[in-house]
Amino acid sequence: MSGHVTLPDEQLAEQSSPGGVGVAVPSRGRVVARRFFGSWGGRAGFALLAVMFLAAFAGPLVYPWGYTDKDFTAFLTPPSPSHWFGTLQTGADVFAVTMRGMQKSLVVGLLAALVSTALAAIVGAFAGYFLGWTDRVLMWVADLLLVLPAFLILAVMSPLFAAGQWPLFVVMLALFLWMVTSKVVRGMTLSLKEREFILAARFMGVSPTRIVFRHVIPNLSSLLVVDATLNVSAAILTETGLSYFGFGIQPPDVSLGTLIADGSKTATYAPWTFWFAAGLLIVTVLAVNLIGDALRDAFDPSARRAR
Amino acid sequence: MSDPTHPGAPVLEVADLSVTFGSGPSAVRAVRGLNYEVRPGEVLGIVGESGSGKSVASMAVMGLLPPHARVSGSVKLLGTELLGASDKRLAAFRGRTISMVFQDPLSALTPVYRVGDQIAEALTVHQDLTRAEARKRAVELLDLVGIPHPAERATAFPHEFSGGMRQRAVIAMAIANDPDVIICDEPTTALDVTIQAQVLDVLRKAQRETGAAIVMITHDLGVVAGFVDRVLVMYAGRPVEIGSVDEVYYHPLMPYTMGLLGSVPRLDQGERGRLTPIDGNPPSPAALPPGCPFEPRCRLAVPECRLAEPPLRPVRHSRHLAACIRAGEIERGVVTTVPKLPEIPEEGEERPPRESRRVVLGVEDLVKHYPLTRGAVFKRRVGTVEAVAGVSFDLREGETLGLVGESGCGKTTTLMEILKLARPQGGRVVVLGRDISGLVAADRMSVRRDMQVVFQDPMSSLDPRMTVYDILAEPLRAHRVREPGPRVRDLLRLVGLEPEHAARYPQDFSGGQRQRIGIARALALEPRLVVLDEPVSALDVSIQAGVINLLEELKARLGLSYLFVAHDLSVVRHIADRVAVMYLGRIAEVGQVDRVYDTPMHPYTQALLSAVPLPDPVVERARRRILLEGDLPSPADPPSGCRFRTRCPLYKAIGETERLRCVHEEPRVRPMGGDHGAACHYAESLDVV
Repeated sequence: MSGHVTLPDEQLAEQSSPGGVGVAVPSRGRVVARRFFGSWGGRAGFALLAVMFLAAFAGPLVYPWGYTDKDFTAFLTPPSPSHWFGTLQTGADVFAVTMRGMQKSLVVGLLAALVSTALAAIVGAFAGYFLGWTDRVLMWVADLLLVLPAFLILAVMSPLFAAGQWPLFVVMLALFLWMVTSKVVRGMTLSLKEREFILAARFMGVSPTRIVFRHVIPNLSSLLVVDATLNVSAAILTETGLSYFGFGIQPPDVSLGTLIADGSKTATYAPWTFWFAAGLLIVTVLAVNLIGDALRDAFDPSARRAR
Repeated sequence: MSDPTHPGAPVLEVADLSVTFGSGPSAVRAVRGLNYEVRPGEVLGIVGESGSGKSVASMAVMGLLPPHARVSGSVKLLGTELLGASDKRLAAFRGRTISMVFQDPLSALTPVYRVGDQIAEALTVHQDLTRAEARKRAVELLDLVGIPHPAERATAFPHEFSGGMRQRAVIAMAIANDPDVIICDEPTTALDVTIQAQVLDVLRKAQRETGAAIVMITHDLGVVAGFVDRVLVMYAGRPVEIGSVDEVYYHPLMPYTMGLLGSVPRLDQGERGRLTPIDGNPPSPAALPPGCPFEPRCRLAVPECRLAEPPLRPVRHSRHLAACIRAGEIERGVVTTVPKLPEIPEEGEERPPRESRRVVLGVEDLVKHYPLTRGAVFKRRVGTVEAVAGVSFDLREGETLGLVGESGCGKTTTLMEILKLARPQGGRVVVLGRDISGLVAADRMSVRRDMQVVFQDPMSSLDPRMTVYDILAEPLRAHRVREPGPRVRDLLRLVGLEPEHAARYPQDFSGGQRQRIGIARALALEPRLVVLDEPVSALDVSIQAGVINLLEELKARLGLSYLFVAHDLSVVRHIADRVAVMYLGRIAEVGQVDRVYDTPMHPYTQALLSAVPLPDPVVERARRRILLEGDLPSPADPPSGCRFRTRCPLYKAIGETERLRCVHEEPRVRPMGGDHGAACHYAESLDVV
């Protein structure tokens, strides 16, 4: 059958010339990246988050005080050139502990959000696309996790997170965040499945797994990006909550949650103990929201902005 | 201007009507200076493609536009100005002097009230009637529009009515107060052809009863030809030609009208001429060119066309107006729009006879039943929907088989059963010599490669999140073709698009272009069989012609075979070699397209063909319609014996003893000479086109 498509000579010549081949067709990833950085919100959010990461991870390297160090000459002093953010009642440097806390919170929050949204997308899309037993088993698991008291289980498991086992903590956090979204994703997949482009892909011979990853999940990206954005805040706040009660991140390690919890006691007469940690939490959530908005628009070709 | 055929003062006069949405540079001028008038008993047709402003204009006349639309000009109903009148004043007119029939009859009726009560309400609003009187009159009206058992049906809810019956009920409501003007906005677009014929018949009857003037808004040139007296052609928000229907159809003066008429496939013309599409797309109402809006697409355009928009002025005589600076030349026959069309390349030498060509797709007694279940927790099976009940046909190499039928006849289900490549519930499907029920995964992939599909809706058949490049590369990647780039570029050229378009998203294209992308995707793997599911029914006529031409050209160039599913019988006559007519899950008639269309044997085919309106006023007026009674029976409870007998005109004509056979014996498709076959015990030929 090949050879039926015959092209006139001039077209052939055009093809073999280097200019003819150069039809720039950017991949989806590059298009999304271009549109993401083309928007104001995307640039601002990304810059903000990058600065925070840099400060959290590189800051302690150049700062004279470590987060476990205590300055016994300065208890609860306001910000000064020697202690940028002031000191705590124990003489610990606020800047040092805040950066250490931010390291934990950023990593835990972002990772837990990504993992839970990815889990929700995959479970929901597979359940909705394949139905039958896949659906029944996956939704049964989701229902089971929904009825389990997440806070209690995390609290019981907290001794496990003590010795630098924060990746386990991330996984556990994510495990209790995905269920509701996965149900929404499943419902949307059911309606998406009947759309003609999915049928077209099926009749073309594209494998079902590939259809889920190439057609179903990208078409739910608006929902997923919004969900991930919300999950970042949710994960950070859950971690904060757990740490407040003494579960989650264990001392001597700190997180923004433990800092806010401690600082709230002294906030009225020593605002620096509270406001730096709280402010950075707000800035983190804001940056993540900006990125989420820009990403949603970048993924959606019909969005009017950022074109 | 006086009209010899319809004397009397105009009942509705529209002068210089303009409608603008939004303001500033992004303002959309949907209607720009519309003038018309209708006299008592006259039918005015307003034709135009989507976006031409025809529906917006009628909404403006009724005063139904949202407040942010700016309307100017004048609309006079019986000498009273309607524009700017208060809602309260308008309400006195609406439904009484002027009424409207909408396109979608389901949304035109309130779902929670009984149909009879809704008609009675329309009566009591304007007339001083008691409830009982209004009810009685409502039943009379339902009887008038041909609803069987009107007294009983008046107590039914809208969802219990079929589409055709709902539209009848809406017409009954429209004529309830004996109006002077009825505006019909695409009243039959959502209906099947046989139902359309019934509804048009009811509209004619309603007009006779009330003597009202009708403004008929439609895109179907066939409906206009048979139904209206005068026709107004709209383009880009303006009328571009007005005249009597005969003059406009036989001596069009505006190149757009000529193009529109040339692009319609004809049911009554068998020869394989190319259709003449209109190039390009209608302009966006937000960005109109400075001169004639049709100039970029016009084959007769001269540089002067770009200077100013030509006014609508009389050409042949005072009642035939056209907006074209070259209308005079066209009238004298100095210039014509007959374009030079690229010929369809000849398909090799003489094609070998059908019998010796390979069977590309064979379907034998295909069955698909859906269980009908009830209950939310414990699902019980309460019945079976026999969507496809034993369908057989074959498609040979290099051939196009048209599968036609009305909605609910099972044509799409048949298609899906073939495309799924899963073991059918009953019967056999053989694709390229391979029975699909015994396929292993690797074989299935290779069958998929040879059989591709083009869907109806070009918007939903392309993934909106993917670039055209990714869409076209997808089948190649799925079948492990390395380096899809050059092939994608070839494909885009093949369907008449630019390779530069590869980086765009589907939404950046018009409907016709999107459908071309869909076709390119189907051709990516060089298939031998392409299944087309209503590939042109979502497109405007002028765009549709271009896609049909492309399909014909590709078929000849690439040696494809098409299974073409459609409800538009004219398109099928144009493109298909053979046709299979389906009714309620079975084949009613199958054969060479010319034989089936010229001498249909099955009473259903005869009725179906006679119901299709032709875009030819003289022929259309002289035609005899076979009107079918009632609606399609439910496929969950099909009639015994012959499934068509409940609506069959032949069944009514034959004697008692012959009828017994129709009731008890299921007719098989029996040969009627050559490969022409009909599933009727008493089939005889009849000339209906």
